Amino acid sequence: MQNTTAPIGQTNCQLQVHDVTFSSNMAAAVQSGVNAETLVNNMSVKKALAAVPPLTLQIVAECPVTKARACDLILPHSAVSTPVFMPVGTQGTMKGITVDQLEGLGCQICLGNTYHLGMRPGPELIEKANGLHGFMNWKRNLLTDSGGFQMVSLVELSEVTEEGVKFKSPYDGKEILLSPEKSISIQNSLGSDIMMQLDDVVSSTVTGPRVEEAMHRSIRWLDRCITANKNPHKQNLFAIIQGGLNAELRKACLHEMTKRNVPGFAIGGLSGGEEKDDFWRMVTLSTDYLPPEKPRYLMGVGYAVDLVVCVALGCDMFDCVFPTRTARFGSALVPWGSLQVKQKQYAKDMQPIDPDCQCATCKRHSRAYLHALFKSDTAAMHHITVHNIAYQLTLMCSVRQSIVEGRFPEFIRTFMKRLFPSPDQYPSWAVDALASVNVTLE
Amino acid sequence: MKLELSRVVQGGSRLGVLKGLGRTGQHSLDVPGCLLYTRCGSAPHLTQDTLHTLSTLPSVTQVTLSTIAEHQEVLEECKDGFKKFAGLHETVLYCSLHDPAAPCPTGHTTNKTVSVWGSGGRIELSVAKFMALQRAVRPDWYQSMADGETWQENTSRKRVRKSVDRTLAHLDECLLVHHNTQELEGVEVFGVVEGGDILEERVRSARETAKRPVSGFCLDGLQTGSMNQSLRTQLITAVTQELPEDKPRLLQGVGRPDEVLACVEAGVDLFESFFPFQVTERGCALCFSLDVSPDPELAVLRDDEERDTAGETQENGDLNHSDQTQMTSFEIDLNEKRYHDDFRPLVEGCGCYCCRNHQRAYLHHLLVTNELLAGVLLMIHNAAHYHAFFAALREALADGKLDLLKRRLLGERRAETGTKD
Repeated sequence: MQNTTAPIGQTNCQLQVHDVTFSSNMAAAVQSGVNAETLVNNMSVKKALAAVPPLTLQIVAECPVTKARACDLILPHSAVSTPVFMPVGTQGTMKGITVDQLEGLGCQICLGNTYHLGMRPGPELIEKANGLHGFMNWKRNLLTDSGGFQMVSLVELSEVTEEGVKFKSPYDGKEILLSPEKSISIQNSLGSDIMMQLDDVVSSTVTGPRVEEAMHRSIRWLDRCITANKNPHKQNLFAIIQGGLNAELRKACLHEMTKRNVPGFAIGGLSGGEEKDDFWRMVTLSTDYLPPEKPRYLMGVGYAVDLVVCVALGCDMFDCVFPTRTARFGSALVPWGSLQVKQKQYAKDMQPIDPDCQCATCKRHSRAYLHALFKSDTAAMHHITVHNIAYQLTLMCSVRQSIVEGRFPEFIRTFMKRLFPSPDQYPSWAVDALASVNVTLE
Repeated sequence: MKLELSRVVQGGSRLGVLKGLGRTGQHSLDVPGCLLYTRCGSAPHLTQDTLHTLSTLPSVTQVTLSTIAEHQEVLEECKDGFKKFAGLHETVLYCSLHDPAAPCPTGHTTNKTVSVWGSGGRIELSVAKFMALQRAVRPDWYQSMADGETWQENTSRKRVRKSVDRTLAHLDECLLVHHNTQELEGVEVFGVVEGGDILEERVRSARETAKRPVSGFCLDGLQTGSMNQSLRTQLITAVTQELPEDKPRLLQGVGRPDEVLACVEAGVDLFESFFPFQVTERGCALCFSLDVSPDPELAVLRDDEERDTAGETQENGDLNHSDQTQMTSFEIDLNEKRYHDDFRPLVEGCGCYCCRNHQRAYLHHLLVTNELLAGVLLMIHNAAHYHAFFAALREALADGKLDLLKRRLLGERRAETGTKD
């Protein structure tokens, strides 16, 4: 198995995977002059294709100090280097960015949302358009959330029963029931490479019996989702560990869900306003009990500190609307924090957002110009969106690189130093979390 | 700049190339042609990556004082001009006064000043301030300060006369300052022809402006919505007769394809490309045919086919002077429900990024869900289609087929409104 390495400082980690049975089969056959159509009709090839799981995780390197790993995640549309940050394109589009631009930034996988797309334009239409890939013309991987989170974010409009979640549509007042079966059915129509189970989501600030009820129900819903999945050979269904901030509940959930044969696990129910001290403890507890040979997806995490710490705690995949959303408000993410481009202090600042950044925005434009452009045209938002996605992906690339080269703890220390003006400003939860995996900061 | 004409139709359309543009004189622009419309130096909705999916970009970028006057201080500190500030490389910069897509309130023009509206409100410009701005912007060419507030209905003759007088006075003052400003050495100035809808005033303005040492002429106060095309044609014809043949004529505020064609026939060389932007903002896509079929009957048949998919009948603005936001018959409205499962590209055979990669159903979805990408994709398509229109226009002129193209364009209108041309 070949180590994948990218030169230090390269923005786009180009992944070269040499050990993929599927693609080498096809490649060899095509090279020997076999017509592609004949190939697919060939029974033995069909069998070979069916036998290849739609997800393979190859662990490329493990950090000897922390719980971090660098992996190659082989999915139907392309390979993904982890740790990975997945930008969120809720309604079948990354806001203001074309798929070409997204591809050019090195993005290998992004998100779509089942609830939103299920409402508009609806699963039947997307199926007609050749799935969400066809509809938005994205050639790489897609992960769809189940609609579960909307139960929390749109709680005014929803009601949970054993059957599923009843939503009142904000667009036409109609009531719809999102059951595990319905959610999987929509996701089957969307054709995403990774689908999330419908989980009973409770806000992380809620305590009491509701949390336990939701945890048990999520297990039952997981089983219903597994049964409902029409495309287990092409679409990967991930389980979502619940249990709130209660260690016992979490462990119970982990114990049960890891019995199911799913290709990957997400850590859910966090990143919702709970205390960071509780947050990291639940993350590390979860990764302790999750099988190492399957990917760990921590949902809703996207702040730079959180990403780096949670990689150290053993997570591989992350998603968050924050970087792209904050861009539209003029907030540019940089290694030392963020820059509010719309503020007066940048009106005459002729530097790019980050002089070291290689993105298209930083290579051509100054803070002053972007500041001015915000008063005239939406393109200003797009410039910052491009930059913020580049920032996130470059960060993860550097994290991966340092793990592969066996210097992740050093990377963490440098990273924290850059981000915080002085050690006494380090968030205590981060210090504690890192200490728990043997990394001491100053 | 030097206008090399290869073909001139008697008292009317011209075909050629405007050469020697830019400080080093190495850029050129085919004529009749359009400029690249920008807001604060950016094609609306587009970053460099998305802008450059367009295979043919006009070599001249237009920026307006409406969108940059409020940044005067920054530009002065920047010292290297607007091109550097905006990251515009390899383009010729033309600076005009008003944003053609954003009509501004009237009643604020005086004998010595005109006003533009920035994001923070009204900015009053005297010639001194106007020229200070040009010095800070450092365009390759600009229009002189002008009073064009004559487009409203019932503008009095007195007011029209004033606009002509003021504009001439502003021009003389601008030229004086221009020749005494080192930073503007090598920069070209266009004089502005005013005169409202009064023939004599138009002729007077043209004659007088032509006496000044300007590189070309802007025709102002004729924008879409201010008058019908036949009056516009009449006025432009009279004006161009007074202007030297070897200097370009830029018409401000007119962008609709049928109006563009008529104005080309009247002797206009250059247009602003704000029309595709306006189409984009209403969620529409330009779709009119550019094919100059030798058989007009066949062409009409094809038109009818397209019309099945085109939007509802829209009056084309002759009777509705003030509303430039109204949809024309040259576009389809992607907001319409009928497109929700239409998996064709916006225009079959269009090579733009949007048509190569996306379908009407997707654009419809983006519009329904209020997504920013709709503006990006529509802007790309509409700009591409518009530039292709100008290329078709030039080709038609070269091949003597302007009449056929005209019939195509007007045919689209005629069948819609059911009126005789």
